[in-house]
Amino acid sequence: MQEPDKISQREITDPAVYFNRRQFLQTGILAASAVATGVVYHELNHPAAGVTKTVPLAGLTTTPTNADNGFHAAEPATSFQDITHYNNFYEFSTDKEGVAAAAAGFNTRGWQVSVEGLVRHPRVFSLAELLSLSPPEERIYRMRCVETWSMVIPWAGYSLSKLLDVVEPLEGARYVAFESLLDPQRMPGQRADVLNWPYVEGLRLDEAMHPLTLLASGIYGQALPPQDGAPLRLVVPWKYGFKGIKSIVKIKLVAEQPRTTWSEAGPNEYGFYANVNPHVDHPRWSQATEQRIGQSGRRPTLMFNGYEAQVGHLYAGLDLRANF
Amino acid sequence: MNDHDLRFAKRLVLLNSAVPAVVLGWDAWHHQLGANPVNFAILTTGMLALVFLLLTLLVTPLRVLSGWNWIIFSRRTLGLYAFFYAALHFLIFFSLDRGFSVASTVSEMVQRKYLLVGITGLLVMVPLAVTSTNAMIKRLGGKRWRALHRLAYVAAVAGVIHYYMQVKKDVRQPLAFAAVLAILLGYRWWATLRRPVPAGAGKAGGGL
Repeated sequence: MQEPDKISQREITDPAVYFNRRQFLQTGILAASAVATGVVYHELNHPAAGVTKTVPLAGLTTTPTNADNGFHAAEPATSFQDITHYNNFYEFSTDKEGVAAAAAGFNTRGWQVSVEGLVRHPRVFSLAELLSLSPPEERIYRMRCVETWSMVIPWAGYSLSKLLDVVEPLEGARYVAFESLLDPQRMPGQRADVLNWPYVEGLRLDEAMHPLTLLASGIYGQALPPQDGAPLRLVVPWKYGFKGIKSIVKIKLVAEQPRTTWSEAGPNEYGFYANVNPHVDHPRWSQATEQRIGQSGRRPTLMFNGYEAQVGHLYAGLDLRANF
Repeated sequence: MNDHDLRFAKRLVLLNSAVPAVVLGWDAWHHQLGANPVNFAILTTGMLALVFLLLTLLVTPLRVLSGWNWIIFSRRTLGLYAFFYAALHFLIFFSLDRGFSVASTVSEMVQRKYLLVGITGLLVMVPLAVTSTNAMIKRLGGKRWRALHRLAYVAAVAGVIHYYMQVKKDVRQPLAFAAVLAILLGYRWWATLRRPVPAGAGKAGGGL
């Protein structure tokens, strides 16, 4: 061991240098820690990014539009990027910004849809058979989520009525029940009991037969990406988005009002009808206004999401407050 | 720990706590906040307020259990950041979501219980921020100051309930926050039971 006084005066670092070095070191640590915190923070909390691969949809046609049928909303469409990176699809993730990544690579090969129940011709369709029933038409619909955000989406598909006409509902059929795929392997969100899987939805038969009710297989002229409900989903533009069941595997015609996933999850918050209605609030938030994705500021929400002229007659005499 | 090191540690906490706000601001400036930027900013700042509230409440148990008395320095900074993020959370809601409309903000708040709970949490943090300076601690006296600053528990409970109430269905995250908060508050309850402070024995630098 060396005696302290053996260190010669020349070897002792000049205090000015020592403190400079210390300051230099500390500044370095501060900067490095800030960068590290920034990286960790960004990893834990970042909006959705990435590009979704697309496959063009064959044979897309444009339906003749008139001001009355509501097939083409005269509003700027939400960007493809936003439509594919802001999704409510709990089968993959409850994080709207995380669905795209969680659903990437979802395998729909060999997809079949069973159309059954009170129909003259029950049948299991392959996806190709189902899509060949009628050419896909472009329909530009407003989409209003129950969470008070909205989009304008150029769907591709055909009216559900075309399928129902093929299978011919029987006399006693009054409702249509829909069911999503149940497969926790392919849909990792189903491993958690957030909702009662599989997702089920339903419509009254007259709602299902309405020309606006769409069996959609694409957006922006491309096949539906997984995060938007590949390969086949329902779109009911005058109802809140959760009625638009995704990745459909079963369609059943029934006599009684079918159970629906959200109305079972929150009976006083989500109803069977779920018609967009600015006058009937969600118990926890107002439905009077909405945030249009891609635009700033809130806009008033329209009765039946702006489709009152087309669908208002379906609900004549119905108490919309009780039947929310 | 000497003064130099303590000063350095203070700077470390001060700087790193600001990082999320800086990243958020940077991303907002570059339009990188996703499809619903306002909502993203509101959710993020709310979450940060909760995280900082819990970090603030973590300091004392950690200090007692580890014996690292010096970490007490960070409590004020973390608490002020909790207030900062909560205030930012409200201001973004007021400005970008409600369009600076006082009428719309108030009417929403009166109608929505979760907003009332949230604003309660923010408001109880105001006196805490105001009395966070050394001069105010002296003016109030340690005992009264500590009693006042138990409002931090109210703020944290209100924050977690506010979060829980507005989640649509997947309550796993708010429940995780609630669990951590329960542990932090439970520790304090347990500590009071175990070591009842004799009357008039106000320990310096104490406070749970």
